[in-house]
Formats: sequence, structure tokens, C-alpha cells
Amino acid sequence: MKIAAPKELDQGESRIAVTPQSAKFLINLGHEVIIQSGAGNGSRFSDSDYKMSGCRLVKSSTNIWKEADVIVKVNPPTDTEQKKLRKGQILIGFIWPGQNKTLLESLKKKGVTTIAMDMVPRISRAQKMDALSSMSNIAGYRAVIEATNNFDRFFTGQITAAGKVPPAKVLVIGAGVAGLAAIGTSVSLGAIVRAFDVRPEVGEQIESMGAEFLMLDFDEGTDGSETGGYAAPSSPEFREKQLQCFSEQAPEIDIVITTALIPGRDAPKLWLKDFVNNMRPGSVVVDLAAEKGGNCDLTVPGEKVITDNDVTIIGYTDFPSRMASQASSLYANNIRHMLDDLTPGNDGKMNVDMNDDVIRGSTVTHNGKLTFPPPPPKVQAIAKQAPKIETKTPEEIKIEEREIFRKNTIQQTILLSIGAILMFVIGHYAPSDFMQHMIVFALACFVGFQVIWNVSHALHTPLMAVTNAISGIIIIGAVLQMASESWFAIFLASISVLISTINIVGGFMVTRRMLAMFQKS
Amino acid sequence: MEYGLVSAAYISASVLFILSLGGLSNQEKAKRAVWFGIAGMAISVVFTIFSGNSGNFWLLLPMIIIGSVIGYYVAKKVEMTEMPQLVAALHSFVGLAAVFIGINAQLELALIENFSGNLEELSGFSKKLASKNATEISIMAVEIFLGIFIGAVTFTGSVVAFGKLSGKIDGKVFKLPGGHGLNLAALICSLGLGVLYFNGSGIWTLILLSLLAGFIGWHLIMGIGGADMPVVVSMLNSYSGWAAAAIGFTLGNDLLIVTGALVGSSGAILSYIMCKAMNRHFVSVILGGFGSQPITESEIEGEQVAIDADGVASLLNDADEIIIVPGYGMAVAQAQQAVSELTRRLRSKSKTIRFGIHPVAGRLPGHMNVLLAEAKVPYDIVLEMDEINDDFPTTDVVIVIGSNDIVNPAAQEDPNSPIAGMPVLEVWKAKHVIVSKRGQGTGYSGIQNPLFYKENTRMFYGDAKNSLNSLLSKIE
Repeated sequence: MKIAAPKELDQGESRIAVTPQSAKFLINLGHEVIIQSGAGNGSRFSDSDYKMSGCRLVKSSTNIWKEADVIVKVNPPTDTEQKKLRKGQILIGFIWPGQNKTLLESLKKKGVTTIAMDMVPRISRAQKMDALSSMSNIAGYRAVIEATNNFDRFFTGQITAAGKVPPAKVLVIGAGVAGLAAIGTSVSLGAIVRAFDVRPEVGEQIESMGAEFLMLDFDEGTDGSETGGYAAPSSPEFREKQLQCFSEQAPEIDIVITTALIPGRDAPKLWLKDFVNNMRPGSVVVDLAAEKGGNCDLTVPGEKVITDNDVTIIGYTDFPSRMASQASSLYANNIRHMLDDLTPGNDGKMNVDMNDDVIRGSTVTHNGKLTFPPPPPKVQAIAKQAPKIETKTPEEIKIEEREIFRKNTIQQTILLSIGAILMFVIGHYAPSDFMQHMIVFALACFVGFQVIWNVSHALHTPLMAVTNAISGIIIIGAVLQMASESWFAIFLASISVLISTINIVGGFMVTRRMLAMFQKS
Repeated sequence: MEYGLVSAAYISASVLFILSLGGLSNQEKAKRAVWFGIAGMAISVVFTIFSGNSGNFWLLLPMIIIGSVIGYYVAKKVEMTEMPQLVAALHSFVGLAAVFIGINAQLELALIENFSGNLEELSGFSKKLASKNATEISIMAVEIFLGIFIGAVTFTGSVVAFGKLSGKIDGKVFKLPGGHGLNLAALICSLGLGVLYFNGSGIWTLILLSLLAGFIGWHLIMGIGGADMPVVVSMLNSYSGWAAAAIGFTLGNDLLIVTGALVGSSGAILSYIMCKAMNRHFVSVILGGFGSQPITESEIEGEQVAIDADGVASLLNDADEIIIVPGYGMAVAQAQQAVSELTRRLRSKSKTIRFGIHPVAGRLPGHMNVLLAEAKVPYDIVLEMDEINDDFPTTDVVIVIGSNDIVNPAAQEDPNSPIAGMPVLEVWKAKHVIVSKRGQGTGYSGIQNPLFYKENTRMFYGDAKNSLNSLLSKIE
């Protein structure tokens, strides 16, 4: 199949869906790769790089759309691009089917098979094609970089000869991939980072990145697993509490990075105008949700604005594209994995297998039919939360311990009494000779129990070998019987002597061999 | 030889045996402890032979010499990985000897009853028998019965355990139609035979009894899966001790009683430790392994991501804290030397390497420790599960070599799993987990392992030895 990557038409878009590196893999899958010349320039991949990897370069965009069987793109096709599509072509890229109904309709009419990279289900198997995550990761990093760029103080606290510099305080709202990336970057720059998320289960992830989790004491009973790991809209009461928490934070925070998005909806307004007004001059708000309207009241999508009280609000919508080279190589890898799954035979033949959870989930139009929204995937994205374990108070533990101790005492007393009664019964009937042996036996059992508990775990195999050798003591019985009058008895006894000797010698030898091997470093 | 002298010898032998077992509390003392055991054994055998109660030295001595040569040869030749089956095979000898001695005791008894000559002329065991009164003889009958029964169960059970461990018998659970009902029936028949024997039905009851008990031993161990073998081996170890103790009662020999009781209780404790390590009840291990209950564990999503030697090498080069978790797979592939070499190289690059050993890793208690010791891995970096489990979150790379159930997170996460509640090594808490495994199949217990599907897990497919050797060439 001919896979083509045309130049992106959107303004400010520098990414490309195929890199010279990923092209090599695609060619190995049996495909032919066509690149529009100059398409990689924005990401610093030159035409000659592509040529070296075995791609064919085509000058005109008309030709490339005409020739290709598969079009791989970054952004949804523009109106002009849609016109160039033809029936049977496969289009792969970000589509945003939830927001772009008209685009979807036109693709359906054209008879194009559309695979939306933004619809890849969030299951473990599909992580390698999760382009949203790889782009969010970049966006989170870049958000911090943009913030530092507009922030005129250090991130890290310092005590210098010229005075003390307090560390910057960063608040990250929404701990998805972008949020976590932003936390990680801010922490490594030395800032004090706090983070908030409506899903209590991500608290652990936030803390693992080195930030403080702003926990709301509120039991909503939502479980992130029901929404495929994304946040769900929250109740008015919850929102109230959340905003109150933010308004308390606002005066002391220097940098706010908001990343809160709910799939298929406008971004929730979380950083209100009041909060911005309460922030200190020179503070920075980076709104990663600007494309969906922004989390901050004052965000202007695509722009950087400075408020009256000197707070910078960054509403750029092209964070990944600002790191085009990095973004392209990650995105191209996601695309490559998707094409890998679409080419099961590695023979250059595409198979859009609608029984495959991942492919079914991301295919939005197929054979002239609308296949969006997809049915829920057969496997859940993330495991259900484990039920909370009730923590016990010290008193309860004490009571429990006492209870266990009491139980053990009772158990031991009962066992000892049974043993004693049993002994009395035997003693009543058995001859004294037997009872003497019984004393020896019982004491030996106890000595055995006491001694064996102290054997170190590592020496259990030597212990088995040595007890095995010692159990060869049965040879004594056989030796004593050798004096028998019956020939048959002597025969059996001699066999017993033979095999017990093997046991004794073999057992001791092996134990010695084993123990000789143990050595200190 | 005087009776007092023999008794003194037996007392010193008993003390030596106790010291020998007690000395196993640490590796250095253990080396001395074996000599205590050997000395104790030598004293007891020599004094018994010359006690004046034995005879027919022309046959006895050659037997001892031949036995020693065979034992020496076997112990010299055996590979350390074959240790479990050797121990099992040796147990069977004790069991068989117990059966023979028990039958002999009955033969002697019958002989004495028909003896018409002068009782004063008798020597050894017969003399003791002749002086017994009726109650004592009936008590002895019980002892003979027990000795033969336990001995026969130990014998066939150990033979089956040997077969399963050496791969000569399929390790899967096998039961005749009727299952444990059959065992119960055989047990009841054995008791019936015992009653017949007590009432003087003669030697045939004992021979039939050994056959029936042999059947029970065979069928019982056939019904236990390979993963439970550590319990089985230590249980048989315990049985061989009890058999010796029962014979000791029969012969009125205190040394046999003491030693049998020591071995018996040692095996019982080991079985208890093993069961605890698997969070299973002793009875449920004996009554059959995994796979008999319907499996309703939860489905696992995700896929196993493979990694090659280069990837593993670069992970290891970047890591500072490394823990290796070996399992039965390492023993099967004989990979311990390669593991040792890997450890040596990584340590020379001043990385911290430790080993985490689960109590039931392998097919014998302490199996892994012996294999690592053989490969000259210093024992002070080989740690137990409890010692190392808290350290996984701060570990960079965990290498799991051929173990499966003992690192299965389902034991903690999935209450429906057959191994739910079993203590496991929490390897998944480390930053990276590399699993060296032959293929995508399940482990011995047939349980899916969610560890292999975790995000931080990479599967390093292939025979453990080959994989590690290819890895070694990448790490200088």
C-alpha cells in the first residue's frame, strides 16, 4: 500500500506524521512511503533525510492525495483536503469526531475509512498508539517551559550572598498525562508543586512525581475506571468545595498550570477571574485547555494576555507543535504502531479488523458507514479501585491482640489436657517398659521442635539431607535382626542394612557437598 | 559388650544428632554440625554391631561396605539441580527398610512362639522377645503395624515423588476414579487387617497391609501437583522419621525412638513452614493440588511486551539497585552459573545486587539457596522474602528468572484467585521488572499471572540459560 504524508495546512502546524525513522519501519511492513517535499521542514527533517530512508518525494499536494492509499496526517483534514479524498482511501490522524460532526458526515459520504488517533481506547495494549498521551506529555513539559519564560524569578529557592530567593510555588490542576508531565518538569526545576485532581485515585501518582496532592475531603463515590480513566463532570457541591480550595491557594501561588478536560465537553472553568485578581503581580497562568475554551476565565485561545494586575495568561493551543521535532517523532511512532496493527501479515496489505477492540474503537467511518461512537471496549481500561481498608485504632489493635492471646492460651490448654488424658489412658493399659520409651519419645519430639525452629531458611535443603541421613539410623534395627534364626529374616535384614547404608552415606556426603558451597562474599 | 556401655554410646549419639540439627542455624556452624551427625551415626552403628546382640558378620559387613560405596558414588555424581529427586529417593529406602524390619519382627515373634528349646540360649532381639508377656506382645503388634504402615506409605510415596521430580512421571495431578474415597477405603481395609493381625492371623495380614499402604502412598502422591512438591518432600521426610520411631518402639531401642522423633518433628515443621508460605492448609495440599477447583479468576487485560538482550543490558547498565528473583525455571535451565556470572559482573560495576528467595521457590525447601551456593553466589546477598519485600519500591530493576506463582500479584489483588492470600514477592513495585521465561504459558499451577501484563514489566523470552548468556555478552 502507498502511505502518504502531505504537508499540514493549518497555520502554525509544524508537525508531520512520518519521520525518516518511522518510514523505515513502514517500508519493512511492505508499504511504500510518499512524502510531500518540504513537509518535514517544520520538524527539521529534510527531504534528503526521507530519501535516505527509502521514501519517495512528491512535489504537488494534488498528486500525493491522488496516489495514496493511506493518508497519515496530524490535524483533521481541511475543506480543501476533504475534497481531494476519494472512496476506499484510509485516513489516519486526529479527527475529534465528537466536536466535528460535519467533517464526519463528509468523510462518511466520501466512503473514506477514517481512523481517529484521538479515539484509541485507553487499554494497556493500545498504549503504544496513544497519541493523545504522547502529545499531552509534550504539552505538559512545554507549559512549564513557557511559564518559566514569562516568569521573572527563579523556580528553585536559593540562599546566596546577595540575599534569599524563595522557591516558586506551582499549582497544577488536573493530573492527567499533561498534568503529571508538568509536575515532573516543575519539580525538577526546583519549584514547590501542588496538584489537584477530581479523581482521588491519582493522588498516589501525583505524590510519586514529587508534588503535594491537594485532597478534598469529599466522598463522591466516583471511580475513574468507569470513565476509561478520564475525569467525569462533578456535582455542584463538589465544584463549590474545589473552587474554595483554589481561592485559598491563589494568593500564594506563582504559577498555575491548568489541564482539566472532560472528554467531549467544553473545558470546565476552574480558575475564575477573582482568583487571577488575587494573584501576585508577575504570576503566570498557563491554560492547556485553551483549545476547548480554557479553564481560566480570562484565557484567550492562541494568545498570551497580560491582565491589569500584571498576571500573564498563556492560552497557546499549539504546545506540541512548538516542539515539532520531538512531537513528530513521538506521533510518527504512534502512527507506525497503528499501521503495524493494521498490517497483521507484514505484507503491505491493510486489514481494518472491526473485531479488534483497538481498531474498532478508533475507526469512526468505514465503508460509507458512520462507526462512531464505538461500543464500549471488551476490557476495562484500568482496574477497579480496591475497597478501602479500615484503619484500626491502637486500642482496637490492643483488644484484638489480647483476644488472639486469649484464644491461643485456651487452644494450648485444651491441647495439653487432651494430650495428658491420652497419656493417662495409655499409661493405664500399657506396661511400664512401653511408658519409659514413651517418655523418651515425647521429649525427643519436643527437642526436635525447639531445635528445628532455629534452622535458617537458607539451610532447609541441607536440613532435609541431614535428617534424611540420620533417619538411616533404622540400620540399627536391621543390625539387631541379623542375629535371627530364620534365613528369610536374615535376608530381609541384610537388604535393610544395605539400603540404609546407602541412605546414611549418601545423605551425609550430599550434605557436606552442599554446605561446602555456601560462602561469604 | 555390656548393656551400660551400649546405652552410653546411644546417649552420646542422641546428643550428637541434636547438636547436628541445631548447628544448622547458620552456614558456618553447619559445616561442623555435619561432622557431629557423622560421628553420632558411626558411634551408634559400631556399638550396635559389637553389642553382642547382632550376628552373621560375614553378611553384615559386606552389605555395609557395598552400601557405602553406592551411597558415596551416588552422592558424588548427583547434580545440584537433581537434589530434590535424590532426597526423595533416599526417603524411599528408609520406608522400605522399616517395612522389612517390621515383617522380620513378626517372623521372630512367630519363631519364638514355636520355640521349644532353652530360652537361655537365645540372643539379641529374640531374647528380648522371649521375655515379653502377653500385654507387651500385643502392644508390640500395634507398633509393628504402625511401622509397616508408615514405612510402606513412605516407600511408594517417595518413589512417586522421585518420579515426578525427575520428570519420569508426569507432574500433573492424577487420581484413579474414586479419588480420596479410594484412599479412605484402603485405610479402612488396612485397619481391618490390623485387627485380624492382632488376633493372630499371621504374617499374611502384614504382607497384604504393606501392599495396601503402598497403594495409599502411591495414590496420595500421584494426586498432588508438582508445585506442591516442597511440602510433599518434607512430609515424606517426616514420615520416614515416624517410621523409624515406630520401629524403635518395636525393638525397644531408645536411640531409634529419639532419632526418629527428631527427624519426624523436623519434617513436620518444614511442611508447616512450606504450607504457611503458600497460605494453604496442610490438609488441602495433601488432598490435591491446584486445578481441581474451578478457576474463576478475573480476566487480565493488556499484553505481554517483549524485550531483547540489548534492552535488558541497557536497563541493567542504568540501574543501581537490582534484585534477582530465581525460581524453578532457573533450576530447570541450569542457569545458576550464568546468574552468578551476571551477579559478579554487575557487582564489579559497583551496583547493588541482591537475591529475593520465596520459601517455596523450587521443588524443595531451600532449593534456590543451594543452587546459588553451588554457583558461588555469596550467601549474604541472598535474602528471604520477609527481609527483602519492603525494598522493592526503591529497586530499579527486578529480574525474575523462571518463577511465576511466587511473584503473582493476583495473590494480593484478586480474591477469586486460587492463590489468593499467599504471601508473594512484590516485584511489581520496582521501577522495572524483567521476566525471563520460556514462553507465554502459565506456571506449574496453571494460573494466569497479571505481573506479565503490567506496564513496567518486560518479557525476556527464551530458555533462561541462553537468555542470560546472550545478556552476559552485552555486559562487560
